[in-house]
Amino acid sequence: MSTVKLTVNGKAVSVDVEDRTLLVHLLRENLNLTGTHVGCDTSQCGACVVHVDGRAVKSCTMLAGQAAGSNVTTIEGLAKGDELHPMQAAFRDNHGLQCGYCTPGMIMSAVDIVHRHGGKLDEETVRHELEGNICRCTGYHNIVKAVLDAASRMKVAQAAE
Amino acid sequence: MYETNYHRASSIDDAVAQFAKGTDSKFLSGGQTLLPVMKQRLAAPSDVIDVAKIKDMIGIEVSGDTVTIKAATTHYDVAQSDAVQKAIPALANLASMIGDPAVRHRGTIGGSLANNDPAADYPAAVLALGAVVKTNKRSIPAEDFFKGLFSTALEDGEMITAVSFPVPAKAGYAKFPNPASRFALTGVFVAKTKSGDVRVAATGASQSGVMRVAPIEQALKANWAASALDSVTIPASGLLADIHGSADYRANLVKVMGQRAVTAAG
Repeated sequence: MSTVKLTVNGKAVSVDVEDRTLLVHLLRENLNLTGTHVGCDTSQCGACVVHVDGRAVKSCTMLAGQAAGSNVTTIEGLAKGDELHPMQAAFRDNHGLQCGYCTPGMIMSAVDIVHRHGGKLDEETVRHELEGNICRCTGYHNIVKAVLDAASRMKVAQAAE
Repeated sequence: MYETNYHRASSIDDAVAQFAKGTDSKFLSGGQTLLPVMKQRLAAPSDVIDVAKIKDMIGIEVSGDTVTIKAATTHYDVAQSDAVQKAIPALANLASMIGDPAVRHRGTIGGSLANNDPAADYPAAVLALGAVVKTNKRSIPAEDFFKGLFSTALEDGEMITAVSFPVPAKAGYAKFPNPASRFALTGVFVAKTKSGDVRVAATGASQSGVMRVAPIEQALKANWAASALDSVTIPASGLLADIHGSADYRANLVKVMGQRAVTAAG
């Protein structure tokens, strides 16, 4: 057992976990942040994607101990109170989900994509960059539409700040 | 995953010392291969020594005709590096094709090389460019480093600290990715050194891991052009055959990826 201290969605937390604990299990089972999903558990599907120190990572492929001292953002940390993050709003408006299982990981990866590419996103880039996130319902079409829509909303929001 | 003890090393010396204390220790860098293998219970190290936050293990330096990438530098950072993009664009391009964005944010060059997966991308660049793998003990030329599937010249407790790549005159990489895993079904790295030598390495193709491809090297030495490979035949003996492709299919892929790599190199 080790004590892992990290910041999750802006709050400092300290958790006692076995050394073999994965970050996703710390989030779900110790902090009850069950928005982050375990899909394949083999680092392929991306349902578990969270941001660690500003970068999208698969939380099923990181030990909790590796995240000690880091800043972690999960799907629960995106909205500002009742106001959805532009990416969440765009997924809703564009019907970018059906069963919703992959959605938290999709949204976390998508936010990361927009942050890295800024306003220079096109459909091909979005499709290519989402290759680490698997969806079995939507056929991706509306997900890609949502990401492009959110990218322009985020650009407008940034310009307004 | 079986139980293990996690240690975060503060320096290279600390990592080596912590490694020696465990009964069956493993160095952990990005963990994008080691952790999945541990989750499948195919590996059960008593201790994992996290080297990913050691300051001396992160960063990229260019001096003269050498690009040195420290071992815990992520694929994302290599792909984004202005210095690498300028000195060896094929290497930055290769890093940008590994796995997916989330994997590239964690995976490191040292981890990839120490694991030596027969379908990993970096071994092709290291062998084709004639890079030198630096460890806490010595410098190992690429020729002596790779020892077959998942095997390297690294001794127990020896850790990669950096990789030095000579800047080539020209280089290119092309891979045919497995659509699910993004590992190379076959990837070929072609390089023309500044002294005019031609070195070509293929990954994902051979049963013995990354390999030099003599027929392509000879053809390109005579004529550095994709069309120079039109008449080249790659023998299928010793090549991998699995549900994704037969040995004959991979033999043809070596040639086709070689041509695309030459085109990419210009």
